[in-house]
Amino acid sequence: MKTMRISPARIWRERGTRYRLEASRCRKCGRVYYPPKTVCPACGSRDMERIRLPERGRLLTWAVEYTVPEGFRRYAPIILGLVEFDNGARVLAPIADARPEELRRGMVVEAVLRRVYEDGNEGVIVYGVKFVPVEE
Amino acid sequence: MRKVFVVGVGMTRIGRHFDKDLKSLFAEAALRAIDDARGASPQALVVGNMLSSSLYQQDNLGALLADYIGLRGVGALKVEAACGSGGFAVAMGYTLVAAGLYDVVLVGGVEKMSDYPTPTVSAALAQAADAEYEVVYGASFPALNALAMRLYMESYGASREEMAAWPVRMHEYAYQNPYAQLRFRITLDDVLKAPVVADPITLLDSAPIGDGAAALVLASEDVARKLSDAPVEIAGVGLGSDSVDVSTRFDILDPLSVRKAAEQAYRRAGVEPKDIEIAEVHDAFTITGLLSLEGLGLAPRGEAAKLVAEGAFAKGDRPEVNLSGGLKARGHPVGATGVYQVAEIALQMRGEFPGVKASSPEVGLAQTTGGVLASTSVIILRR
Repeated sequence: MKTMRISPARIWRERGTRYRLEASRCRKCGRVYYPPKTVCPACGSRDMERIRLPERGRLLTWAVEYTVPEGFRRYAPIILGLVEFDNGARVLAPIADARPEELRRGMVVEAVLRRVYEDGNEGVIVYGVKFVPVEE
Repeated sequence: MRKVFVVGVGMTRIGRHFDKDLKSLFAEAALRAIDDARGASPQALVVGNMLSSSLYQQDNLGALLADYIGLRGVGALKVEAACGSGGFAVAMGYTLVAAGLYDVVLVGGVEKMSDYPTPTVSAALAQAADAEYEVVYGASFPALNALAMRLYMESYGASREEMAAWPVRMHEYAYQNPYAQLRFRITLDDVLKAPVVADPITLLDSAPIGDGAAALVLASEDVARKLSDAPVEIAGVGLGSDSVDVSTRFDILDPLSVRKAAEQAYRRAGVEPKDIEIAEVHDAFTITGLLSLEGLGLAPRGEAAKLVAEGAFAKGDRPEVNLSGGLKARGHPVGATGVYQVAEIALQMRGEFPGVKASSPEVGLAQTTGGVLASTSVIILRR
């Protein structure tokens, strides 16, 4: 078992959701989902539109991960955050540029594009969204 | 639908069995269950397992294991629902008998986890989470549960000390269970000072990594009387699911999959939460156990931690919960766990459980879940 295998097609398919934070919004009940769903899990409507999430949200809860899966050892500890937006959607992503003791529920965080991991010394570098605290 | 009974059970001690592979672990439990059912001849085999593919590059587990225990020729399949695989395997075996396809079905659960270092096993277990939106960031399974634990403590004002009461009790019970992996007692202080796996989850909030196998012989009513003097009825089965990703949950502290599975199981068995005298619930982490108690309707929402700290659900209470020591201390060989739970409750009802004994229960419940409470089975047993 290694970290997720990289396939160019897979990365390409996920470009909208992974790098632009595209979510799906139900036109019937208004709920927003990230990752996107094809059918609204709440009301069953198939009338879903793609929207981009705001870049700023609030930290709802977080974990400070010391024991990490294979392939992530050099990134430990990873702060994993669940960020909530005004439209109700949430995104799970790492929190960067922050110390665990600074974190608090409700703090404003902003999406940034960062390196997530490298597939070995000569492999592809995988980028993704992380969130950083914003001075209020 | 025909009535279905548990007529034979077999378990292996959970631990690091460096001398046994997946097949021999399974055989030990399966042959014990067959012997316990007076040498019954199963007509089909259902196996609960999660990691054979990711850790052992082994698929086609049903046929592999059927052949190994002398059942060459019978239909056999593997059921996978991450850490909840065992409970779903029991549900599948139940269905085969209830529907009238077979009169005698062997249900087993097996997991071999101790051959590889923790980060390797951790990566394999993380496959229960969303690969594209969680695992890609290095999210571990404990970390995803830690998100829920922090939210639970903050939302309900549950203290770290209250949360620690659960693992202390689980170790006390496992200490007396000869099949358990962690047979030692711990204190509240041990939990608070244990190494942090994914803050706020410590090592002692977490189920251990271990090898194990459990098996049940299930039979239809007419056959059951011939194979056992004390058949235990599977009175109701319910299955439920939730989003695998934690981010789109309607309410992270409302375990939807548990609620849905429990509602069906209670209805089909014709019982209510207050009728349950003994239960085995899925406590892979302290928070998982507490949310499970709430989803099953055994504790009001937000109160499980406080109730446990006050002594509820202990030996002598109603229901008596996890007298085996739970996943926390009996152990959690993931795909086998749901089968262990049913075997333990059946043994309690027969008065033959070798650990902490229940007060002669008539109605019991077993609940397992895969992922962060994403795939849940609830099985109700009646003596």
